[in-house]
Amino acid sequence: MATLRLEVVTPDKTVINTDAEMVICPGVEGEFGVLPHHVSLLSALKIGSLRYRVEGQDKEIFISGGFVDVNNNICSVLAESAEHAHDIDTARAMAAKERAEERLARREEDLDEVRALIALQKATMRLQIAGGL
Amino acid sequence: MPSLKDVKMKIVGVGKTKQITKAMGMVASAKLRGAQSRIERFRPYASKYREVIGALAAKVDGVSHPLLTEHEEKKHCCIVLVTSDRGLCGGFNAAIIAEGLRLAGEARQQGMDVTFLCVGRKGRDAIRKSSYALGTTYGDSMGSVDFALASAVATEVIHKYEDMELDEVWLVYGEFVSMAKQPPASLRLLPLKAPAAESDPDSGPMCEYVYEPSEAKLLEDLLPRYVKVQVYSGLLDTAASEHAARMAAMDNATRNCDELINSLTLLYNKTRQASITSELIDIVGGAEALKG
Repeated sequence: MATLRLEVVTPDKTVINTDAEMVICPGVEGEFGVLPHHVSLLSALKIGSLRYRVEGQDKEIFISGGFVDVNNNICSVLAESAEHAHDIDTARAMAAKERAEERLARREEDLDEVRALIALQKATMRLQIAGGL
Repeated sequence: MPSLKDVKMKIVGVGKTKQITKAMGMVASAKLRGAQSRIERFRPYASKYREVIGALAAKVDGVSHPLLTEHEEKKHCCIVLVTSDRGLCGGFNAAIIAEGLRLAGEARQQGMDVTFLCVGRKGRDAIRKSSYALGTTYGDSMGSVDFALASAVATEVIHKYEDMELDEVWLVYGEFVSMAKQPPASLRLLPLKAPAAESDPDSGPMCEYVYEPSEAKLLEDLLPRYVKVQVYSGLLDTAASEHAARMAAMDNATRNCDELINSLTLLYNKTRQASITSELIDIVGGAEALKG
């Protein structure tokens, strides 16, 4: 079966470097799939889950936004953080979620709403992916 | 001449100092390995960014992004000074601070007022004593450099640049060239200069690319991230350089201890001999007197 190279890179390490049959990316304008020999593409990604299929098995990974570059049958995803479902610290995500919700609920004057919303979104997404196992 | 006991004590003391410097050197070399591998792991990320932004910037010609445009009136300059938290690493921090102050002097001559943003305690302490204003500081952070720190620094300067509070931002750090060479380096963070597109013959013509959303939008999203990437690579370099510099400094110190112990041992033996000789003279003199 035709495959494409999937690389997921964060500032601290290369999280994934494998041959995949299909990749589904959370693009800012909606999810899209990348199959082998996809046309060259550059897209921004939002916080969400990146799904990919290796040897018929579907896998899922959390990414905190970034961008994807597809070129020459190589799909490279650059994200500030990327975590496999089993690597997600659920307790921490839960705490982060509660913190963000509390900040949003209290509506203090110096509230940085955008940041709180992003934190909430990240935490919710992490929990969702970790729970989906 | 010092007494035998004094010399003996001194030898023991220098020996203990040597143990400490040797241990510090070994710790530094272990930490250096860690820091170096982090640079290695960061490299693919950074180079991909440069590649993509170079290609994008070449494509979106004459784009006017707030981070790319030079402000007409230059009044405020910010220097992000990255140093280590701890000393005992030779002239490493002093060289970085000197480079920062040199840049600040130049900016002042051009009529700009200068604020320092310091990462690392050594730089902060030095700037506090200088005539320049000290902005936000991030102390005690070089032990655990992470992307969040780079992100915080970059976000702060980006916001201020966009709000016209700053007109120029420089990054001064210790570049990690090799184990023996860590020169201070400076880099203009803002206004941003897009990296030149590397023409890669294998990648084929660039015009086939599909962009989502538009090129200009993408660039808007990527440029602030690119600033973070640059800050992070400066932080990682400084961390590695610090350990390399400390290793060299501790190596030197250990060698000096050896030399000192050698010369002190020589002195000890001389003193011992002198005292034996004088005792012998006493005994011989006494015996002669008794015979008399």
